This record gives sequence, structure tokens and C-alpha cells, in this order.
Amino acid sequence: MSSVKDWAAPTPISENRSGLIGKGVDRYEGRLKVTGTAPFAYEVEAPSPPAYGVLIASPIAKGRVTLADISEARVAPGVRLVWTPHNVPAQGERGAKINPRSQRGSNPALAERVEHFGQHVGFVVADTLENAKAAATLVRFEYAAEPADLIFEDRFGAAEQPEGEEDVRIGDFEGAFAGSPVRLDETYVSPLQNHAQMEPCATTAWWEGDHVTVHTSIQMVKGGQHTLAETLMIPSTQVRLVTRYIGGGFGGKGQAYDDLTLAALAARELGQPVKVAYTRQQMFQATIHRPAVHMRVRLGAQPDGRLDAFALEVVTHCRREAPFTEHAANFARSLYAAPNRLTGHRLVKLDIPAAGPMRAPGEASGMLSLECAMDELAEQLGLDPIELRLRNEPETDPETGKPFSTRQLVRCMTEGAQRFGWDRRNPTPGQVRDGRWLVGLGMAAAIRGNFLLPAKAGVRIDADGTITLRQGMTDIGTGTYTILAQITAETLGVPLAQVKVELGDSDFPPAPGSGGQFGAATAGSAAFAAGMNLRKALAELATGDPNSPLYGDDPELVTFGGGNIAVDNRAEPLDRLVARAAPDGVYVEGSITPAADARDYSQHTYGAHFAEVGVDPDTGEVRLRRMFGVFAAGRILNAKTAMSQITGGMIWGVGTALHEYNEVDPRYGSFIAQDLAGYHVPAHADIADLSAMFLDEVDDKANPMGIKGVGELGIAGAGAAIANAVYNACGARIREYPLKPEKVLAALP
Amino acid sequence: MKTSFTVNGQAASLDLDPRTTLLDALRERLDLKGSKKGCDHGQCGACTVLVNGQRINSCLSLAVTHEGDAITTIEGLAQDETLHPVQQAFLAHDAFQCGYCTPGQICSTIGMLKEAADGWASLVTEDLTADVVLTDEEIRERMSGNLCRCSAYPQILAAIRTAGGLA
Repeated sequence: MSSVKDWAAPTPISENRSGLIGKGVDRYEGRLKVTGTAPFAYEVEAPSPPAYGVLIASPIAKGRVTLADISEARVAPGVRLVWTPHNVPAQGERGAKINPRSQRGSNPALAERVEHFGQHVGFVVADTLENAKAAATLVRFEYAAEPADLIFEDRFGAAEQPEGEEDVRIGDFEGAFAGSPVRLDETYVSPLQNHAQMEPCATTAWWEGDHVTVHTSIQMVKGGQHTLAETLMIPSTQVRLVTRYIGGGFGGKGQAYDDLTLAALAARELGQPVKVAYTRQQMFQATIHRPAVHMRVRLGAQPDGRLDAFALEVVTHCRREAPFTEHAANFARSLYAAPNRLTGHRLVKLDIPAAGPMRAPGEASGMLSLECAMDELAEQLGLDPIELRLRNEPETDPETGKPFSTRQLVRCMTEGAQRFGWDRRNPTPGQVRDGRWLVGLGMAAAIRGNFLLPAKAGVRIDADGTITLRQGMTDIGTGTYTILAQITAETLGVPLAQVKVELGDSDFPPAPGSGGQFGAATAGSAAFAAGMNLRKALAELATGDPNSPLYGDDPELVTFGGGNIAVDNRAEPLDRLVARAAPDGVYVEGSITPAADARDYSQHTYGAHFAEVGVDPDTGEVRLRRMFGVFAAGRILNAKTAMSQITGGMIWGVGTALHEYNEVDPRYGSFIAQDLAGYHVPAHADIADLSAMFLDEVDDKANPMGIKGVGELGIAGAGAAIANAVYNACGARIREYPLKPEKVLAALP
Repeated sequence: MKTSFTVNGQAASLDLDPRTTLLDALRERLDLKGSKKGCDHGQCGACTVLVNGQRINSCLSLAVTHEGDAITTIEGLAQDETLHPVQQAFLAHDAFQCGYCTPGQICSTIGMLKEAADGWASLVTEDLTADVVLTDEEIRERMSGNLCRCSAYPQILAAIRTAGGLA
């Protein structure tokens, strides 16, 4: 196993001779996307015209399908098949694995047992979408409904410690808190939220013999391939899963859903390609969501602001049969110094759709609590909120004592304060007016963990000099295609136009996919390793070829640049070398594994958000006026796509603060909001001047390239900055998100 | 039902199921899959196309009602290898991430710029008698029918300013 020390040496990435690393080049697949020619899963050309599948959802939350009458639907125009729990073909039992190396178990569809509202209980395939939709209304179901636990707040008494977890206690929290001269004890609530990706889940499937090909919208290639193989009870070598373009993921497409299972099953049954897409309503009711969290924060401080005692205790929920914990307290374990600490989670099991990861799981909702509590404490102490944070800046990780790999939180705050004009903030709320608007400023810190997972990549050079990187990785809009092209081109010293990137295919060397902001570091490090291996192979090829000007040179002295391979002033173009010495091309693979000592460091990305809002004191409406963030996230690979990731995350934070929430209907267990009119994601008019900057940073403990993730950092803390700005504007401290007008009006002093 | 219209300048004559939306006709019958289905309810704008030069949500419009119309989709904007200025601006400003709302955003931008040039007011237009000035606030308001969950709004705004000569 490697050590982080191996990563400190100069590399083609750190040397960056052609300047491609960090450059804001246009998106690799951008031209396809602006011309509408990037095929998403439902749009992929199948070998023959596909039939159309439509899903039918359960209107009850818990119970059993007792009757499914398909007689009318079966003879409706164009109908090819109608499946219900009573006639769907055999599938692997839920969670079962027959392939020993499967990462995931079976995910059967159309169970007779209903576990949540919106669970699919029927499936119709017809020659056209219109016929399938019409026939789906003709299937008649009867149910035996059972009492269901639907409302989170009603079930607090049943909250349990998540299996295998313990609270983290350092020192004596209770004793220290009781003795602290300044205390805060408040509970903050972040509601249930939905991913609302623009592209609904979709699959196109077809079979050739006993092999199935599926094009689907999923963030994890291997996970999807293995799930489908287990569900179909076939070896994973008989499943090829392809996911070239994904219309938004945000964690919600980290797993396979019923479209994948049923498209594959129906295509096998009919001997014809089948495609299936979720409706927008099904996206709400039958995928995953971010669960609601109740967060009790207790802070005990000295009059100078130093924290003696810190606690963050979280209660959240999941579906009864699908354990998942929103770890909303974890971020706080590395954020502020306090000798006496308590963090932990409790979980309520409900009969509603499954909770799961959504962009920055943990931080996105968790930071809405502590980062407001710090604002409240600062006011109690008469300190500036930034000064309070500076006084609690730890030397080492406050929980583990490990050194930080890098930590520029202080600089993020001070640089941001200066650029944003924080000194213009009046610490007394409600003092600044602009016409009818009360205007306020708020800030919050951001922290998000950084990760590296095992991954592989393959790279080949052909006789025409084209270099092709292949990886079972996904690009969910994050810029993966683009940064992999930049890494590969810089590593091999060739122009960007000479590099092709092919992703999202289970036939390619595996990578874990997109999630947890580990994608760039993980996939990128494997691509870099593959590129370095190709350099080595080409150096040996050239120095061993009597026809090369490098013949007999030491392969260690070979350099790459400008499309050439060289030693001193002897050089030849790569395409000439390959065409002559390896006319079939050269293919190598590379891999990355976490360093054995990587976890000896506390490793995170950091930032600081600054927001200016206007509050209408007559209507309670909050408008964002200005927002700015400063972030430190290692070496930035692409200034343009990284910025898009960060500002996109910040806008998600605006949504968490002001707009987004869903509720469960206590009668049915359905979500009240089940479309994009009812569930308001930030729209263009909600976003005013919003920008960000990155601090220079290289984290040589993170991976061989010194990069980190940026996909989730932007949302962490962003909503708290807005809530703090609302308080500063009008004196309304609202601890239950989102800050809707009626709550603001009720809380106005 | 027999229905004839032009799409991107080419005549199309289809025998249509009267339940077929314009969006599904484009995507499933004419193989023009650039227009996207995000919600099928006119709430997200991903399906925006231009009909006789005006932007509409093609998911809310039955295809058979478009007899004789001139329809322009995302596929009809570039001239051979040359991108439409709005497409070029979206590419240069990174005004998209996943790209699923992008065809709708681009078609909507083209329709919106024409509406403004024709003097159409919006909710935030102060003076209904003067020429429309496309301020940032006006652009944001007029583009709010096109959701972008990746939240590329600052970049979309920059792209529209460039494409509309407003930079």
C-alpha cells in the first residue's frame, strides 16, 4: 500500500507544463449538450424500435395487494404485457446475492407486500406511450391496508440508536455545560427534501441471447450492474450497463430503481427493446429523499467566547425496511475546538418512501443548526460571528487530535469578509432599510469531508496518436469528462484535442461512480495512474526501438510534451512512434487505492458563505440580494466547471433556507408536494448576484494530484448564512427551515 | 389524425394519436430527442421549443393542434458546424452542468430575447410604455419558467447577456 509521502513528489500534474490543469476549458461534452445530441438513457438508439413501459403505483402506505385484475388492460389497444405482483416473472429475493463478488443485492419490483405509498404494484408495456398510459388506468387493484407509521414527529418516542453506532463523547459534556457561564440550548429543524433531478429515472433495455444491455440513469455503474444481475439471477458478466449522460443525480440516482428491473425483464419476455421512465410524480414518491432532521445544539462558552462544551444531537427518520441515517452531526466533530463534546444520532422508522443520500448528506442539513447556533451565541457574547469562530479555531482535529491535511477555514472567512464588505454589517438587527425592505448580512462556515476510494482506469494510444481514456465512471453534470481529459492530456503532454474520454460502461475498468464529492479525486487519480503507466510503456517502447531517436536511452530520462516523446534534444511525435513500433496501439491500466496512512490526517474541504437578504416586514417575504463564498478544496482542475459546482451548491443552500420542503400526508402516507409546482426548487428569479472564489491550495495528503472534491462543499452551511442574514435584517430568528413568509411574519419582533 | 407541420425547416406529415403531445411527437416519432421531458406538466421548461418563433412548453400542447405550424427545436439552431450564438454563449459560460434542461433553456432564451425586442413586458417591467431594457432582473424573471436543478443560473445569466449583446 502506498503512503501519503509518495504523493508529495513532483508529477506532470504539479509541474503543469502545458497549463491544462486548472484551466477553465469548455466542457468536453458541452457541444453535444447545447445541440441536444447527448443521448440520455431514454433516448438511446436500440437495435430495433422499443416498446413503452409504464409503472402503476400503490395508493396505500402499508399492507398487501389482494387482487389485481388485468383482464381489461390486457386486451386494450397495443398492449404487450401487464404485470402485477401475481404474474411478474421470478426475481432474486430482496438483497440476495448469487454472484460472490456483487457489491449490491437483488432489487425486485412489484412486490405483493406494500411498504410505502407510491411503491410500484403494476407495469404495462404497449406499442406506444399513449397506449401504455391508457392501459395502466385499466388495471384494478384491491388492497388489505394495515396501520402505518407515517409522521416523524409522532414517533419521536420510538427513536433508536442506529445499529452499530454509538454517540461520540469527549470529556464530560454535561458537567462542563452546566458550569459554563454562557449557554445556548436550541433545536433546529430541517425538513424532508427531494432531489428533483431534471431527468426522471429511465432505462432502455434489450437482449442478445442471454446477455442484456441496459442504458440507464445511474450514478454508480458497478452498483447498477450488480443489482440487475442479482435481480435477474444471472451472472454479472451477462449484464452490460451503460450510463453515458445523466440528467442530474445528487445522490438520488446512486441506486437502481424499478425502471431498470422491469425494462430488462420485459425486454426479455417480449424479445424486443423496452424503455421505461418514471413520471415526475413517481420521482417524488418512489425514489429516495433527504429525511427531516431535528438537531439539538448545546453550546457552553466562557465570556471571551471560547467553547467549553459542545453537543449536537440529531433525530432523523428512514423507511422501516431500508435503514439509512442522515449523519447531520458528523461534520461538527472536526469543526470547532471544545474540550467537552457530545455528538450522536437517533433514528425513527416509518412506513414512507426510503430516505437516502442527497447532495452533502449530513452537512447540508446539519450545518443549518450549528452555524446558526454560533450566530446566536456570538450575539449573546457581543462578539462578531467571525471573531467567535476565530476564537474556537482548533490546532488539530478537535475530536481525534489528528493533524489537518490542510485547513484554510480562517482565511476563507477573513478573505470573504473583506471582499464581501462584512464590516458594513450592523450587529443590531432591523437597523438597515432599503425602501420597503429590511436588509441584513449573515455568514456561515462550510466544511465537508474529503474521500478517496479504490478505482481503475484504462488508457490507450492509437497509431494516429489519439489517446482514449476509458473508465466505468459517471459524469452527472459534475465535469468528469472534462477533468479526465485535462488530466490525461497534461500527464502525456499532448493537446487536449488529442484525448478522448469514454465513461459510464460496465465493460470499462471500474470506478465507484459519482457521490460524496469523491468522484474527481477517485476517478482522476486512477486516470492519472493510467497515464503514468502509459508514459512508462511508451518510454520503454521508444528506448527499445532501434528506429527511434531515443533508442538506447534510459527510459527514466524520457520526457513528454507538445505531443512528443523526448530525451534531451532528441524527440519524435508520439503518433509516429506508435504507428511504427506498436501499430495496433498501446493499452495500459492504472489504479488508485487510498494510502495506508491517509486517515492519519483530518481531511476536509472548507469555505465561508456571506449573504445579504432583504425582508419585507409586511409580507414576510425574503429575497436574496447578494451571496459570496470563499472555498479551499485542494488543487482546482478546471476553474470553470469547479466554479459551476460550487455556485450550484450554494444555490441549493438558498433552496434549503428559503424554499424546499416536503411533508407527508397523514391520511395516505404520500408526499404533499409531488411535482415541480408543489415542490419549489430555486428558480432563476430567486437567485441574485451570487459568486465564489477558490483559495490556492494543494493537499498532498489527499491523493497523488493534491485535489479534493467540490461537488458538495458549496451547499454546506450556505442556508445558515441566509438564515443569519434574515435575523440580522429583521430580528426574526427562525429555527425551522425553510424560512417561509408566514414564519418570518410570526417571528418578527 | 393526419397532421402536417414543419420542423427545423423540413416538412413533417404524421398520422398522430390525438393524445400525443408535441413533445412526444418530436421525441418518439421524429427522433428529435433534444427536447427533454422533465415533468410533462409544463412546470420545468425542459421541453421548450419555438412554434412560429414563440417559446412554448411542448409537453402541454397536443401535436395535432399544430397543423401548418413552423416548429424549431434545439436540433434546428446550429448551421452545420456553426453553433447558434445562444448555444455558443451557453458553452463558453458553462451555463449548464448535466445538460438536461439546456435545450429548453436555449430555446427559451431565443424566444425571450424576441419577446423583449418586441416590447413585451414582464412582471418586473417598471415602465410599460418604454422600450424593454433587459436588466439582470428582467432576464431572471423572464427565464424563471426554465428550472435548472444543477443551478447554473449565474452562468445562464452571463450567457444570455453575451448572446443578447447585453454584456
